[in-house]
This record gives sequence, structure tokens and C-alpha cells, in this order.
Amino acid sequence: MKEIFLNPQLWAATLAMATPLALPALGGTFSERSGVVNIAMEGIMLIAAFFAVVFAHMTGSAWIGLSGAMIVGLIVALVFAWAAVSLTANQIILGMAINIFASGITAYLLNAMYGFTGTPVDTPMLPTVAIPGIKSIPFLGQILSGHSVIVYLMIIILFAADYFLFHTNLGLRLRSVGENPEAAETAGINVIKLRYLGVALSGILSAMGGAYLSIGALNSFNPDMTSGRGYIALAAMIFGKWTPFGSFGAALLFGFATALSMQLQNTAFSKNIIMMLPYILTILALVGVGGKSVPPAADGVPYTPKK
Amino acid sequence: MSAILEVKNITKIFPKVVANDNVNLMVEKGEIHAILGENGAGKSTLMNIIYGLYKPDSGTLIFDGEELNLSGPHEAIEKGIGMVHQHFMLIPVLTVAENIVLGAEPEGITYDKKKANDLIREISQKYHLEIDPEAKVKDLPVGLQQRVEILKAFYRKAKLLILDEPTAMLTPQETEKLFEIMRELKKQGMSIIFISHKLEEVLEISDRVTVMRRGKAVGTLKTKETNEQELANLMVGREVVLRIEKSEYKPGGVVLKVNDLNVVDQQGVARVKDVNFEIREGEIFGLAGVDGNGQLELVEAIMGLRPKKSGTILFYGKDVTNFSTRQLYREGISYIPQDRQTDGLVLDFTVAENLILREYKDSTYSRYGVIQYKKVYENAEKKVKEFDIRPPEYMLKARNLSGGNQQKVILAREVGYNPKLLIAVQPTRGMDVGAIEYIHKRILELRDKGAAILLVSLELEEIMSLSDRIGVIYKGQLMDILDGKTAAKEQIGLLMAGSRFDKTTLEAR
Repeated sequence: MKEIFLNPQLWAATLAMATPLALPALGGTFSERSGVVNIAMEGIMLIAAFFAVVFAHMTGSAWIGLSGAMIVGLIVALVFAWAAVSLTANQIILGMAINIFASGITAYLLNAMYGFTGTPVDTPMLPTVAIPGIKSIPFLGQILSGHSVIVYLMIIILFAADYFLFHTNLGLRLRSVGENPEAAETAGINVIKLRYLGVALSGILSAMGGAYLSIGALNSFNPDMTSGRGYIALAAMIFGKWTPFGSFGAALLFGFATALSMQLQNTAFSKNIIMMLPYILTILALVGVGGKSVPPAADGVPYTPKK
Repeated sequence: MSAILEVKNITKIFPKVVANDNVNLMVEKGEIHAILGENGAGKSTLMNIIYGLYKPDSGTLIFDGEELNLSGPHEAIEKGIGMVHQHFMLIPVLTVAENIVLGAEPEGITYDKKKANDLIREISQKYHLEIDPEAKVKDLPVGLQQRVEILKAFYRKAKLLILDEPTAMLTPQETEKLFEIMRELKKQGMSIIFISHKLEEVLEISDRVTVMRRGKAVGTLKTKETNEQELANLMVGREVVLRIEKSEYKPGGVVLKVNDLNVVDQQGVARVKDVNFEIREGEIFGLAGVDGNGQLELVEAIMGLRPKKSGTILFYGKDVTNFSTRQLYREGISYIPQDRQTDGLVLDFTVAENLILREYKDSTYSRYGVIQYKKVYENAEKKVKEFDIRPPEYMLKARNLSGGNQQKVILAREVGYNPKLLIAVQPTRGMDVGAIEYIHKRILELRDKGAAILLVSLELEEIMSLSDRIGVIYKGQLMDILDGKTAAKEQIGLLMAGSRFDKTTLEAR
């Protein structure tokens, strides 16, 4: 048991597993802070994961794969925003619809484009980064160095997100829109525009998370490979009280549970029980273990401007 | 003096309602101009047009010599129009400074907290409106939150300040403080539009007053040259009785008898302590007291909405202590709850449905568990007419009615079938002269028909003008019961503050 925790692989895997949760969780923070509950992040991740492979394989460049995935994610998010923000549709039902659509369209396209053999084995992957200096530190180096480039991008985005939300004028406005859109509007703020911004950011970041799964950690796409990470990311965001660092911390916790279940697979523990850990944590997070979290006051409530 | 704002022939039509009908208004520089009108007279619509939230269907606005064509509040703000909304447009989790500068932050990409705080301190000193810029708005009392709203307007260099029903949420002391602020601002040359439906306030603070009725501006008067009666008549459109005419007090048998009632709340704190009183037929028993002294707990315990710790309740001599609320209804007890929106109505039900919330299960409206809508609508049609509910469309959701008309729906439901006992908690809260007069008239009618009435109100005036006997509650104890005819305001006031000294001196007399 002890050696499991002393094994740097466990901790490296924790960070790796946290990344595809942290990215959509950060995205969700933007979206919900602006007042839109975006459960379509699950579907956006899945679609982005697929198109990351498509673009990467087509062009031979994983970077183009990533960019293409982010653009696709943005487009889906804008469709969601159009219906949820401009047409004030029910955000939850809309999100579910997009998720079911995503599952279907990716399975169909996978089959139609690549047949039963799955995505091509020569799909390029995003590079991993060995950090000079840190790399050679024993233990710590093995944990922090050598990850996919997206892991490091995520860390940068984490700090940027916190700075944006809590230290810039635009961040203040975005938060005000999620708290009291009417007050924001009477202060001369364009509520609709800022909600589009929040949703767009959630789409782009979810797409990065999806691309990480297909061309960061692997170089292939499997049907439904996101397996609920978009939802878990929402739970992480709630666990993290709608803050970037909180979301990241919660993502780490969930990542740790996944990593641990992988490490314990060859031990006497039942694999199935261990596999449940992240989901049990999700339920605990949602019922408010770890402190009552207060959502933005207008979270999930469509706004109709007066005429 | 010249005009800061001229409103010319403004018309705004909503589906089914002409909210503003060819309205003209002129506000002079440096004056406090009151807009007086009942709920739904179109005051708020007009202000929202001036503030750019609504677009008028026709008419023009001239502000500071320049014609306005507003596409949104941001433009009104730019021109120098500031507005304090009735429901504050504040974000509770943000600080005072963040709320004030929001949308017009000190320049730059980064939010400059220090500069924002300094700017707020500067303005608050200039206008003598002390406030801590770093306090969270949710931690401030209502009076200070309003101050944040006013500062918001000044931060944006407002030349005209619109105050929409600013006293609605304030205590009398806070209102006095607000009036001081308004006078000070006037001295500094600020023009203020003060919207209200309270006559005394308008008379106290304004220089001129424009009265609105059903979407029209029906007259502008110099405050000094008018009086309460004239304004009330203009506002309602007919002679209004400001003093209530009450018929002779002829009490009959005992209807409700409360014996040694004790109520504790969920935290185990005693809220009602050994309360005894009775109410007779043809009698209004007024319960006076400062808010939160156990009135609500007392009433809810009687109505079976809250557990009693001990004591008995007799209704016509029958022990109804452990009756459910429905059983009490069937005995002929009616209840007008304090909060009409959360406890009195189902806002998303139609007026017709709300009118049968008590009796929906009775055979009149229900057969084998199926609601007989034909009967429901017949009843609604009748009640809407009888109680003058406006607009007279019973298929409308209760949410879409004005506060006064919502209360009429409750009144129609609870009073319409001639109950034996009516328990009314603050039945006229937040309502205007016309509606208050109407509700008072209805309650008195009920009394004259021989019903017993328990009237709970925070408005001493209301208690004193209606009640035959007055009980005063303080910290859950019934301090004394006074004769409604002879009770003096000071005497009740002392009891409300918990002083029993008054009682002993009275007895000594």
C-alpha cells in the first residue's frame, strides 16, 4: 500500500487525469459566472475529441488538430449560446440535446470516415514536454515533467482565468451579469454579449479537454470516450465554488481518485469499487460536502432585456 | 428657472394596456418634482422610458436642451440621468465600490481597486453620503444599500436623479434620513424626480407634484398650494374618504377565544407567551406591535400553520386547537397572510384558479377529483366583477397583476363567502390610497355583517382607525388590551416598546 503512494507514477497520473477535467471545469466557471449552465460541455468535449483526430490525421499536424477542435468546440458553443441566451431556451434540456447529438454524430462519423477499424494508427499526437531543470529533480521531476503540452497550457490558463475573473474590468462585468443581469443592464452593460463570451470560453476550453483525450493522452478516438467527464467537470466546478483555483483543486481530487483506481487495479481491491471513486466523490461534491457553495445568483436563468 | 427635463406627448402601449397615454411633464432645474399615482398608474413606465429601458411608441424627451433618442440605459447614463430603482439594482456579493463603478470602471484592462475605492470616498464626501467602499453590499442595511444606488448615479455625473418609490423599503427613521439627503442635494442644485404613492411624503418633500392616473398625467400642482384631500382625489379620480366612517360598535357572542397560548419556533425560542384574548361578533380586534414581536407566530399557530406548545383555541366554544388549516377553513375562518406573493397566491396559476384555492375540493368545484372548470370560471367571472379586479380577465396569471389587484384576488377568495372570522395580516401593505380605502371598506362591511376580525398591522394608523379593541404585543406577550375609541397613540406606542408603566398609571387614574 505504502509503495503505491510513494510511486511518482500515481501523482503524475493524478495531474494527467485532472487535466481533461480541469479544462472544462475552468470553462464552466466562465459560463456559469456569466449566468449560463452549460452541461453541453460533455458533448462539446466529445465532438472536439473526434475532430481533433480528424484534423490531425488530415493535415499530419497535431497542432492543427487541436486548433481545429477548438474551433469546432467554439461553433457548437455558439449554437448553444444562440439558443440558450438569445432564444432563452431551457439550458439543461438544450445541453442534454447537444450531448445526445454529440454521441450520435461522432459514432456515425467515426464509422463513415474510418470504418470498423477505428481512427488511423498514424494519427499524430501532441508533443510531451520535458521541463529542463525540473526534469532531473528526483521524484518531483517524474511527477511534473514529461506531460502532454496541454497539461502545461492548462496551468497557464488556470492563472489567466483567475486573473481575468477577479482582477479585470471585463471579469467584473462578466460576474455581474451572472449575479444580477438587470442590474448589469441598468449600469449600461450588454448582458447578451457577455453571456456569449462566457459560453464561448467554456466551449473552447471544453474542446481543449476533449482534444487532450484523443490526441494528447492517446492518438485515437473511441465512441463516447469522454465518459461523463464534462459532467464531472461541472461537479468539480461546483466543488470548487465557481472559482478557477477551486475547480482545479477539485479536478485534482477527482484525478487522484482515477489515478488511484488505476494503480490499485492489480491489487486485492476490487477494480470495480475503485472505479466508482470519482463518481462517489462527484455525488459528495454535489450534495455539498466541503462547504455549502453558493452559485451565481442568476445562474441558469435566461435573461430577456426590456424593450 | 429653466427645465432640465421635458417630456412631450409620450405614449407607450403594452399588449392590452396603454401604460402611458400622451404624457407631458416638465421638471425644472434644482427642484424636487414628485410623481404621484396609484400602483399601475404608469409612473414606473414613464421613468423607465426616461431612463432608456423602454422605447416610447411616440413622443419626445428633451433633456438639458437636447432631444433624447435613447437606445438603452447606457445612453441615459451618459447624458446625465441617474435612477434609483424601487428594487435595488445591486449585486449583493460585490463590494460597494464594485457596484458603483460597474459598467464605468476606472480606465484600463485591470480593475483598479484602489482608484475605485478612492473615487467613491471622494464622491461620498462631496455629497455627505458616508459609506465604506470596501463593504460587501449584502452586509449593508437597506438604507445604506439605497445610498449605494444614489452614489452610483453621482459617480456617473447625474444631473437628474430619479428615485422610484424610494421609501417603500425604508423604516420611518431611514425615510427621514433620505429626506435630509434629498434636501441637501437640492441645495447643491440637483434636480430630483421623486416617485411615490404616499401623500404625506409627497407633501413633505416636494416642490411640485404631477399626479398620474391610468397612464395619464392629470395635473401638476405646486405642493405648497395643495393638500392631502385634493391630491388623493386627483390620484383616484373621485372623492376619496381619507377618514374612515365606522358604524356603531355592537359586539355579539364570542367567536374566537385564545387561552394561554404558547408558541416556540424551530430553534426553541419562545415567540408567543401565555397569550389570552377573545374576539366577538361584529368586532375588529387590532393587534399592534413592532414587526417581529410574535404577531406572525401567533396568527400562524391559530391557523394551524405552526405547532403550538400549549394553550387552547376555541371557535364558537368548540375546541379547534388541533384542527388542520383546511378544517379551520371549513369552520368558516378566513386568512389573509402577510406575504401575498409567497403565501397568499400561486403566482403562476390563473386568477380563476387562485380564487378557488380554499374550496377546490368542495363538491361545488370538484367531482370525483376532477375540477369543474365551468364552475370555476363562473365563480371567477362573478368575483372579478364584484371585487373590481383589474384587468378584469380571470385567465391572467396572478403574477401579472399589480400588487393591489393581487390583494383583491385574495380578498375575494377569503371574504367573498362571508366568513365568520377573518384573520388579516397587514392587508394593505404596500398599497395605494384607493386600494387601501377599498380594502378597509370591505373589512368594515364584514364586521357590520357580524363577523369577527383579527387585524394584524404594523401601521398604527390603520389599527387605530379600524379597531374596536386594540391588543398590543411585545416580545410575544400581550401587554394590554385597550378600547379602540379612547386609546391614544402615545399610549400604544409605549406598550409597543414594552413599557407597562403606562398601564399602572392608567389604572391609578
